[in-house]
Amino acid sequence: MINQLSWKVGGQQGEGIESTGEIFAIALNRQGFYLYGYRHFSSRIKGGHTNNKIRVSTKALNSISDDLDILVAFDQETIDVNVHELNNGGVVIADSKFDPKVPENSNATLYAVPFTEIANELGTSLMKNMVAVGASSAILGLSHEVYREVVEEIFSRKGSSVVEKNMEAIKRGAEFLQEAAGDQAKSFELEKADGKKRMFMIGNHAVALGALAGGARFMPAYPITPASEIMEYLTKKLPEFGGAVIQTEDEISACTMAIGGNYAGVRTLTASSGPGLSLMMEAIGLAGITEIPLVIVNTQRGGPSTGLPTKQEQSDLMSMIYGTHGEIPKVVIAPSTVEESFYDTAEAFNIAEEYQCPVIVLTDLALALGKQTVEPLDHSRVEIRRGKFDFNAELPEIDDYFKRYELTEDGVSTRVVPGMKNGIHHVTGVEHNEQGKPSEDPTNRINQMNKRLTKLNRLHENFSNPIFTNAPHEESDLLIIGFNSTRGTIEEVLPRFEEDGLKVNHAQIRLVHPFPTDELQPLIDRAKKVVVVENNATGQLANIIKMNVNCKLENVLKYDGNPFLPSEIYTQCKELL
Amino acid sequence: MATFKDFRNNIKPNWCPGCGDFSVQAAIQRASANVGLEPENLAVVSGIGCSGRISGYINSYGFHSIHGRSLPIAQGVKMANRDLTVIASGGDGDGFAIGMAHTVHAIRRNIDVTYIVMDNHIYGLTKGQTSPRSAEGFKTKSTPTGSIESQISIMELAISSGAGFVAQSFSSDLKELTSIIEQGINHKGFSLINVFSPCVTFNKVNTYEWFKENITKLDAIEGYDPANRTQAVNTLMDHNGLVTGLIYQNKERPSYEQLVNGFSETGLVKQNISLEKDTFDGLLTEFM
Ligand SMILES: Cc1ncc(C[n+]2csc(CCOP(=O)(O)OP(=O)(O)O)c2C)c(N)n1
Ligand code: SF4
Repeated sequence: MINQLSWKVGGQQGEGIESTGEIFAIALNRQGFYLYGYRHFSSRIKGGHTNNKIRVSTKALNSISDDLDILVAFDQETIDVNVHELNNGGVVIADSKFDPKVPENSNATLYAVPFTEIANELGTSLMKNMVAVGASSAILGLSHEVYREVVEEIFSRKGSSVVEKNMEAIKRGAEFLQEAAGDQAKSFELEKADGKKRMFMIGNHAVALGALAGGARFMPAYPITPASEIMEYLTKKLPEFGGAVIQTEDEISACTMAIGGNYAGVRTLTASSGPGLSLMMEAIGLAGITEIPLVIVNTQRGGPSTGLPTKQEQSDLMSMIYGTHGEIPKVVIAPSTVEESFYDTAEAFNIAEEYQCPVIVLTDLALALGKQTVEPLDHSRVEIRRGKFDFNAELPEIDDYFKRYELTEDGVSTRVVPGMKNGIHHVTGVEHNEQGKPSEDPTNRINQMNKRLTKLNRLHENFSNPIFTNAPHEESDLLIIGFNSTRGTIEEVLPRFEEDGLKVNHAQIRLVHPFPTDELQPLIDRAKKVVVVENNATGQLANIIKMNVNCKLENVLKYDGNPFLPSEIYTQCKELL
Repeated sequence: MATFKDFRNNIKPNWCPGCGDFSVQAAIQRASANVGLEPENLAVVSGIGCSGRISGYINSYGFHSIHGRSLPIAQGVKMANRDLTVIASGGDGDGFAIGMAHTVHAIRRNIDVTYIVMDNHIYGLTKGQTSPRSAEGFKTKSTPTGSIESQISIMELAISSGAGFVAQSFSSDLKELTSIIEQGINHKGFSLINVFSPCVTFNKVNTYEWFKENITKLDAIEGYDPANRTQAVNTLMDHNGLVTGLIYQNKERPSYEQLVNGFSETGLVKQNISLEKDTFDGLLTEFM
């Protein structure tokens, strides 16, 4: 029996590849297995090769794997494109309809299963995915009944006969494979999982849920891959809480409308990807100078321009930190797991209101769309802290404007919003005095700039775990640094270095701006070699680190649109040692 | 109850003496008092331009934002707190050039915001370039041999985009202007008010006198019915857009806030935003 394996389903886009993977994964998640799924897709709706790779384990997982054990193919292209990933002893389960062939140089075992034929016999070819998931369960040594709950959830509104037909398709697939494979099937028999209830979700849903739990009640946004799931989830959920999502005419509107919502005292977010963030830049500066809290999610994808819209990249770091003209206070948080995407997004609203500035929640495509088993999220860990803002505060009567931009010790002034009596003041993107009235006075300018630019100085005291570290070694041969989704992949390779007798520490930067220099410097000082692993061509994180920490760094870069495989990180780090 | 004086602040506008925008400021102050507003329940959001400064010259919550974006900000404010009265304002360049997409979509969306445009047919703040409201042949610093682009017919465009309240007025006619703004504030849904507001410094063609000579007041047209969409468009076309008064109003169309599924009846800002543990756990089960 084994405790982990990798399974992949592939075919033409629009053929139900996604739902095949979903049903397989949800059923296994409910058995208590840990899963990690990554979808390969292109920017079109029908046609084009697509696949969904799912790793299954009895232990927690944060990454895809290098290799593959089982490939489920709905067309020959799937075999041709993916067969090289298969391990020795790997298996291809393919629809007999297209007369599948495994290339001569591959020693994979092929099972041609009549997916389409069985489905047609049961009434409709649509059920061919069910036959495929049935066959998959058999090879893992699981009963086809593991799917019943999921199938009922999907089809019960169409009547029990539809449920039974689908279950029959699954059963027939399982039986066919058992017969064809005989004892061979046993080689992939999985150890029993713990049966615990856990969540199975993509990063975007964790972000959306984090926003909801974090008190966001309004979201203007414009659709874009790979961020749309955030607005789609909230479009469904916000009405239950009195709130709303507006699909705006563009991201300039989305961002400025979010500024309007926050200005009026409602936690408002917007979410987009590179092209949208580029359009928001002027507005981000407005939020900076007017000290309006603003949470923006950027799910990075391949740039520049339209770039690689459905592919992984981490190339927006510099523009997120420095983007907008002039100098403003801004926070950039980069969660590195689905779970962190939830907690960090909820916390982003607290930071935005406590420091009254834009906060960017930076994720990437692999994290945003990678689907992962997550321990149930903890309600008690979500706090709501609104800083110096209380809509119900009674303000003393005054005969002039309220000092919304009062110079204070910590740089943060009391925030009042429209509707509050005795709080009237002016807000402008023009440099202004304490009451918000335009002012070009040089002393006032310096005071207001300093107020804004120093108010984040306290952030480091209050931000928990600005760097995720796994640093068991006092002195290390190698320190690997990454951000966002590379975390799991780096974790995956650490044991390989240990096997080689190397002492390796790992740091994943979670607060990329303002940079946690004090936390990183000691780790760097105690490492013989430091390698920064990132999905971009110019080493943006490495450059940010060099600006903030005294160090010498090496780069491992990848910008072909795909996430790192563990073996790539391993080999390239080894070459640098 | 507040009077128009309560909407005055102690800031001296930096507009040129004689600029049409002074009247718009006064009309907003009067209209706000006339409809019974308190200053703290009014938010005036403006864009960038000479006209954009207006939000700083009214004693209310005021937000002077960025060029062309007063409308999305104003809509965000209204969504966050529907109990407020929200006015958006700016110049013709602000609203019909850089901010044109927002204008059309604010009309379509129909959130209850009153949008007041100070239309001087030119760019004032940047010292005299052509605007989408400049006539063909109009000579400016950026069109020295005369504009070769057509003038935008903004009222017709608004009506054809589904606007529920479309009106026009003139800075010289404070009485009509005040009344139109009152009606716009009272209208449930988006209202567009275009005000001929002469730039005395850079526009030597579209002057107070020029507007006086060319404007037709709708009051003077016998049988004019602002509920009649076809008549509204025909009248605009007959007069080359130079009419003032309430051009078109559709009182039946519900505002966006009224139509949004599940939307809070009172200002969202007043809600408790913490989630109960049971509610939260319920949300999690959907992912299990
Ligand atoms: C993004 C951006 N582009 C250009 C400008 C420069 N600018 C400021 S106001 C303005 C146009 C002013 O004309 P209008 O909107 O008609 O207002 P007016 O000054 O006539 O009242 C321009 C181009 C700017 N502030 N922001
Ligand atoms: S330049 Fe024109 S628009 Fe600007 S303040 Fe002077 S008169 Fe008014």
